[in-house]
Amino acid sequence: MLLQQLVNGLMLGSAYALIAIGYTLVFGVLKLVHLAHGEVFMVGAFVGLQIVLWFGVGAGVALLGALVGTALLGMVIELVAFRPLRARGAHFLAPMISTIGVGIVLQEVATKVFGAEQVGFPHRMEAVTFHLGPVTVTSVQLLILGTSVVLMAALHVFVTRTALGMAMRATAESLLTARLLGIKTNGIILLTFAIASGLGGAAGVLIGLSFNAISPFMGIDIGVKGLAIMLVGGLGNIYGAMAGGLILGIIEILSVAYLASSYRDAFAFALMILILLFRPQGLFGSAYHVEG
Amino acid sequence: MLDQYRESLLIFLGINVVLALSLYLPASAGLLSLGQGGFMAIGAYVSAILTAWVGVPFVVALVGAGLAAGLVGLLTGFPALRIRGIYLIILTMGFGEIVRIFFLNFEPTGGASGFGGLAHLTGLGAVTVVVLLLLVFAVQVRGSRIGRALEAVREDELTAEVMGINLTRVKLSAFGLGAVWAGLGGALYAHHALFIDAGQFGFFRSAEIFLIVLLGGLGSPWGAVVGAAVVTLLPELLRPIQEWRMTFFGSLLVIMMVLRPWGLVGRSRRRMVHG
Repeated sequence: MLLQQLVNGLMLGSAYALIAIGYTLVFGVLKLVHLAHGEVFMVGAFVGLQIVLWFGVGAGVALLGALVGTALLGMVIELVAFRPLRARGAHFLAPMISTIGVGIVLQEVATKVFGAEQVGFPHRMEAVTFHLGPVTVTSVQLLILGTSVVLMAALHVFVTRTALGMAMRATAESLLTARLLGIKTNGIILLTFAIASGLGGAAGVLIGLSFNAISPFMGIDIGVKGLAIMLVGGLGNIYGAMAGGLILGIIEILSVAYLASSYRDAFAFALMILILLFRPQGLFGSAYHVEG
Repeated sequence: MLDQYRESLLIFLGINVVLALSLYLPASAGLLSLGQGGFMAIGAYVSAILTAWVGVPFVVALVGAGLAAGLVGLLTGFPALRIRGIYLIILTMGFGEIVRIFFLNFEPTGGASGFGGLAHLTGLGAVTVVVLLLLVFAVQVRGSRIGRALEAVREDELTAEVMGINLTRVKLSAFGLGAVWAGLGGALYAHHALFIDAGQFGFFRSAEIFLIVLLGGLGSPWGAVVGAAVVTLLPELLRPIQEWRMTFFGSLLVIMMVLRPWGLVGRSRRRMVHG
């Protein structure tokens, strides 16, 4: 029983991790919060669904399509809601407002285009169940875990082994120094938004598949949760976001199983506040960032 | 005479000014919250219980709502002593969600089906009185010794402390008083909307209050008034383009931040709040 819950938590948590990584990548490079990231996640879910409905393809193609689609959307958001503000030397709160604006727009456009009702993936994509000893997993859960692991491993290789990835880390360390060293920081920032949003969009398809409930408003809750995970993991820390996502997923599932299911989200936020009280820099953050 | 639509709109404008001032006050000490909706919810539900079940006069319900929200504000204000900036914003956002989830599941006050059948007690007169009281207070504080202490804490905590400002007292009272005002706003809202449920006080409400204050600018209480006017009246003025008015509104937010990143009222300052 406990083992089964842990497995379920791990699956959910790995999708959370993908969302939180998106927040933390943007924060790492710009030290700014991207409040439309939840809506990017929602758009990803819809793009995936539309691809499936139109072309009758499987989840793999839908994932890829959502990833590419939201990566492009992320770049547009950087060009519209971040770069012009950066150019004018706005303080860190201004992008929060402009991204709230972007979020409002995306939500209404999605409502107009796809309708306000909850929709789901077609029946033929329903999960197949596997029994592995005492544990039961569905094909959707395996897809979530597999995709998340592949994407996170790819991200790890990218930021540690490639020149572009290192340029991204240098930019996160110090925008000014990176620019002095000849890194085209605006290009790197654009790339960061593409990667962050692509991961968020992929998570949208994965969560959409597992709960089979896609709506224009699904981004709000998950966006808030993603921010909490980023904070738990330490701002700007990619590996912290991965671990934070897993921790939150497991705690959420355990609280549903053993405590009160209707308060599942409240436990997650209470945990976040507790962690902040005792370790303001997050579980994996360095004290350096605490001033915010 | 005002017709009903205009009067209702003015009441909502007044309530938004109250809510905006509830964030302006802690924000002037550098304490930004994305969870004012939570305090508003507490004020709304407490006042609803007081008028609908206990049957006290509205004034008493307002005081009760303010006190209840203020008490919770003092308790949640403690983390605010240790963290600031983006951390505090996200922490208060989590707090707001916890309050929302609590009321969503709390059956005595209706749970998910909400709390209805409230008496219409929030008249234009009551709202005007509250708005004027809070505005006078905010304007008076701004130039006073306390106001300068708030500003000093916002600009540089360490220096402020060295100058003899009691950080704990200043931050807690700014945060707590802000919560009291948000509670008042919630009570006024409940007795004008006549039906409340947890969803009305979720992240979107907190974000709206945050938006009003930053749009108006953190430099003066008048920014809160201007921001509230824009956010309340603009979507109404956009009714002719009904279909896409929120899209237009959202785009306008982006454009305004590009043109005036420091807000509508006040002048450009690079360090309005610790960045």
